[in-house]
Amino acid sequence: MTRFQQLIEKNKSIVSTRRKFTNMLMLSMTGVMTLFALIPLFWIIGYVVYKGGQYINLDFFTQTPRPLGIEGGGVLHAIEGTLVITVLASIFAIPPGILAAFYAARYPNTVLGVALRFSTDVLSGVPSIVIGLFVYAVVVKPMGHYSGFAGGIAMAILMLPTIIRTTEEMLKLVPYTLREGSLALGAPEWKTSVNVVLPAALNGIITGFLLAVARAAGETAPLLFTALGNERYNLGKIVQSGIAQKQGVSQILQRVFNQPVDSLPLTLWKYSQEPYPERIQQSWAVALVLMIFILLINIFARIWVESRKRALQG
Amino acid sequence: MTKYIQTLPETHWLTRARRFVSHGDTPWHWTIIAASIFVMIMIMAIGWMLWRESADARTTFGFGFLTPTVDPSWDPVNDNFQAWPFIYGTLLTSFAAMLIALPISIGIAVFMAELCPEWLRLPLNWLVELLAAIPSVVYGLWGIFIFLPTVVAPVAEWLFNTLGTTPVIGVMFAGPVPVSGSSRLGAAFILTIMIIPTITAVTRDVLLAIPNHQREASLAMGATQWETIWQVLLPYGLSGILGAVILGLGRALGETMAVTMVIGNSIEGSASLLRPGYTMASIIANEFAEAVTKLHSQALIEIGLVLFFMTLILNTIARLLVWSVARRTPQEARA
Repeated sequence: MTRFQQLIEKNKSIVSTRRKFTNMLMLSMTGVMTLFALIPLFWIIGYVVYKGGQYINLDFFTQTPRPLGIEGGGVLHAIEGTLVITVLASIFAIPPGILAAFYAARYPNTVLGVALRFSTDVLSGVPSIVIGLFVYAVVVKPMGHYSGFAGGIAMAILMLPTIIRTTEEMLKLVPYTLREGSLALGAPEWKTSVNVVLPAALNGIITGFLLAVARAAGETAPLLFTALGNERYNLGKIVQSGIAQKQGVSQILQRVFNQPVDSLPLTLWKYSQEPYPERIQQSWAVALVLMIFILLINIFARIWVESRKRALQG
Repeated sequence: MTKYIQTLPETHWLTRARRFVSHGDTPWHWTIIAASIFVMIMIMAIGWMLWRESADARTTFGFGFLTPTVDPSWDPVNDNFQAWPFIYGTLLTSFAAMLIALPISIGIAVFMAELCPEWLRLPLNWLVELLAAIPSVVYGLWGIFIFLPTVVAPVAEWLFNTLGTTPVIGVMFAGPVPVSGSSRLGAAFILTIMIIPTITAVTRDVLLAIPNHQREASLAMGATQWETIWQVLLPYGLSGILGAVILGLGRALGETMAVTMVIGNSIEGSASLLRPGYTMASIIANEFAEAVTKLHSQALIEIGLVLFFMTLILNTIARLLVWSVARRTPQEARA
């Protein structure tokens, strides 16, 4: 072995030690980063469960708020408001969402199809507060007052991209042979879509809808100046007095939707800004309810999606 | 009626109309097209409405509304508004968040796509997605009462002590640090946590889309795994990762509630990261429902318009970048 070769051998070992070290260091850094990012997740969940768990009780779900400074009371108004807004939003968002998803899944490469997917992506990136401003300009200003109806529309716009995208994914997973079989039997395209493809993808579509609801249920910003908030909202009383006054269903519904309502995140935000300790305590409890609701939907939806994907692909 | 139509000649318009409806494909077709166009119109309608509703503010204040000023004014009483402090606050917190989130997210994405065992990938994926699923008000609540006092305040104090007196960048770290910890730094930290899932998810998809022969070629040349990742995979997916960054930035710009709760909501001239401030989204959230004058609410809508256009442009660029990666990669090569 020449001196030159010896030199190479010697240096090679030095270089490769450095490279091995860098390799090990950086690869383990990625693992550390992952752990680091998960700290806030467990911290938040743990703390909200610990703090919220102390203040949660049955009254919390069944009572409306007491006047400031008095202990007790609950957030029934916000639960009802969330329900009202979510139901309205679903009614507004599901039909156009699913229809548009049919187009996106059926014609992905036409000009309109590409434009549709693009605008879905862009719409999902529009800040929720901007959607709130838009709905204020379009609905609240012409109507002259804040309402649960306006909140529902804002939420619908927020849910639309999620519904379109998940529905499109699920429709694409339906085997093409199923569609061909139906078409070969002479069924028109729309019957194939509605009676064959839609039922096959229905589980996934419902999951996507649940995810959209989970996303919308946690949003506050678009409700700030559409639904506004209303501590005296009481669904039971509205319906009871409506029946007592012999009002029709449409009149009662109008009274339900046509006034400002609260929602859980909106209540959380307002309570957290107030200087009263019992309000702060309640805001922790609201945070717990909200988080459990949203995490449950998410976990449930993920499990469902995975099992469906496996069933459809396998 | 039906009988009457059946007796009509084949070419009669009523016969054709009946066929048209009873077969149903054409109405179906137009319905789904209408739904698609509805979604597209929504974007334009948002832009147009905000543009129209902010007309007076735009004509009154002109471009001076948006340009940097040394002594900005936000005065609902005298109807004099300049948005620079909020634009600055948004940009500062978003970029600071991006700076912290980027290395962490890329680390997680590399770990998830390249290193972690198969059984760990799915649970990890879920956990990161859960991070995105937690409502922003919950982040905010946790931020005010836990995160600000325990993490942000000490870090801000430390930054102030070490960097506060340095000549040039000292302006960014000027004090005094608020006792509560409510500051732009707090907002930036919360935003960091909130955009990590976005960047991670896209970067991971980009890494998974890189064909395997790239890895094999690099490893066959004698590169270590890290060298393969750093010198081959990340440059290969660079445009996609850039797309991820821009998507994350878009999310950070528009994030409202959590930021409003921790940033301290103060209109002051300080440029410091350690002082309380405002972002564009948080000033709208705080003042719009109680806007005093017409010009006040119009000025807020104009801020919304600027925010809308910022996110619109960022999202467009990001989507184009991510799509370009997807198109370059042959379908069968994806992992």
